[in-house]
Amino acid sequence: MNKSLTAKKLELVCPAGTPASLRAAVDAGADTVYLGFRDETNARNFPGLNFSRRELADGVAYAHDHNAKVLVAINTFPKAGDPEAWHQAVRDAEACGADAVILADIGLLAYTVEHHPKLRRHLSVQASASNKEAIRFYAREFDVKRVVLPRVLTVEEIAALNDNIPVETEVFVFGGLCVMAEGRCSLSSYVTGQSPNMNGVCSPASHVRYEEVGDQLVSKLGEFTINSFGEDEAAGYPTLCKGRFSVEGSVSYLFEDPTSLNAITMLDALMKAGVTALKIEGRQRGRAYVTQVVSAFRQAVDAASRGEAMPDLDMSLLTEGGQDTTGAYQKTWR
Amino acid sequence: MTTQLTIGPVLFNWSAERWRDFYFKIADEAPVDSVYLGEVVCSKRLPFYAEYIPEVAERLAAADKEVVFSSLALVMNNRELAGVSELADQTDSLVEANDLSAISYLSGKPHIVGPYISTYNEGTAGFFVEQGAKRIVLPPEIAAATIAELAKIGVELEIQVFGRLPLAISARCYHARSRNLHKDNCQFVCGEDLDGMELSTVDGKEFLAVNGTQTLSHSYGNLAPELSTLLELGVSHYRLSPHAIDMVAVAQCFRDQLDGRLDAGEATARLSELALGVPFADGFFHGQAGVDWTPAEV
Repeated sequence: MNKSLTAKKLELVCPAGTPASLRAAVDAGADTVYLGFRDETNARNFPGLNFSRRELADGVAYAHDHNAKVLVAINTFPKAGDPEAWHQAVRDAEACGADAVILADIGLLAYTVEHHPKLRRHLSVQASASNKEAIRFYAREFDVKRVVLPRVLTVEEIAALNDNIPVETEVFVFGGLCVMAEGRCSLSSYVTGQSPNMNGVCSPASHVRYEEVGDQLVSKLGEFTINSFGEDEAAGYPTLCKGRFSVEGSVSYLFEDPTSLNAITMLDALMKAGVTALKIEGRQRGRAYVTQVVSAFRQAVDAASRGEAMPDLDMSLLTEGGQDTTGAYQKTWR
Repeated sequence: MTTQLTIGPVLFNWSAERWRDFYFKIADEAPVDSVYLGEVVCSKRLPFYAEYIPEVAERLAAADKEVVFSSLALVMNNRELAGVSELADQTDSLVEANDLSAISYLSGKPHIVGPYISTYNEGTAGFFVEQGAKRIVLPPEIAAATIAELAKIGVELEIQVFGRLPLAISARCYHARSRNLHKDNCQFVCGEDLDGMELSTVDGKEFLAVNGTQTLSHSYGNLAPELSTLLELGVSHYRLSPHAIDMVAVAQCFRDQLDGRLDAGEATARLSELALGVPFADGFFHGQAGVDWTPAEV
């Protein structure tokens, strides 16, 4: 079947780090909002962020009143011997009326299937399911209904995948860009002892320092210098894989430039590739950011669904260092 | 469960002859029980040495070593998936699954869960055991307390005790990017660095090692000082990850320590010489930053 003829309108999945951001996202046109509890059970475990149980219940009510859905990310890997916080998160997500949970750990998926069979399950990007057989495995064993694809595939590969799997796919279109396969990266932990997989943080602020060395501003993560800025450069946050390093005497952003993912120009291609949902990264961002990005993507998705040209949207103030990339969606990125 | 010493798959892009001769030497001289081979990092490398795999496997088997075939860590297209499927279809050999596609294909028959699979707790490990896993190789980011929990399941546990730690895998090739090339036209520049390409901070501190699409630690993981603790925890298999140094001597060092002929301090002193000055790390085991080196018994 030719998917371009049957393509449905893309679902816009938007981040909410706080109740205010949830309402902002819904008001700006989000079809779906995703969020996490205020603890180590999700991959944005930052101070001052995320939801209490009460806030989740209120958020679900607000979203449902506005025909939007709420997904709860419980996507870190439970601590060995002590999975209770993760089990509790699944229980509470269901009790609060969440429309689905986003899970990465196989043990937690098995637990959820056994104890909360009616709770819809999405597979987190942290599970790194990058091919049809891995996705079929999660569908077969845990009846996941949707897979968030790792940011490693080209649009052509995504199209080929969607022809061969029994579940929906969700892809990142905007925001922070992991350049390593998600859920399989211990770089942050190597330097700080804190990682996305175990602690829900990457390159955590608790381990960041800035030092003036001569006329340079040096940013450090743990004991390692991640970047060094001259007076004419804006100093960015030292996310490990966006640092400037030296290889054979040559200094460069070897892994990735300080840039953000922005696939707004590729919505038509993603729609034709059979993607169900578009995900905007950024639960750590403020309400104003959420409003601006969600509004822009709302316009773009609506235009794409009508087959119209993409509206002219300037996103440069919303991307890191004003730079953006379409990342792995185009093969030359590799 | 007897204590077994293993050689992990060669992670680097060695020439076919170097790759073959390395395993021949391991077969003939290294006091190890189990040897892993196959391409884990980049599917483009495999054709270069594929023709030598049968004779290497044969020589290892003839030397009474268990032979395990390791699967690719990041599988992104149907060509790569076909390779995983083919590996899993072999009936007479053990396979180490490094992607969930391999886990899926191997379900129902004995197999090994590799270190590129996120096995962080007893829930996940228990699921794999029910699916047929007979051994689980722990991911690098694992602490003693986690090992203690996983050991309760009763599955064989393997941990890397020597060599650079695999920290990340990507669709992007950083070796190619360092030469302003794309992955599709990489000219196999990763073959120039036998132990990975050294990456340092802008102020000259050694940091990481780049191996094509893989990023490793600069430091060599070394758990020789923790061997007695690991034995008490119930770890059955001890992995040495290959480097372009005297790996037979490295294996002998661990063998001597396991057999009580060498204490942890002497072993680490000897390993330090063999590692040619590359620093050691054991932080993950202690629940700290992975790069830390705070050995227990040295």
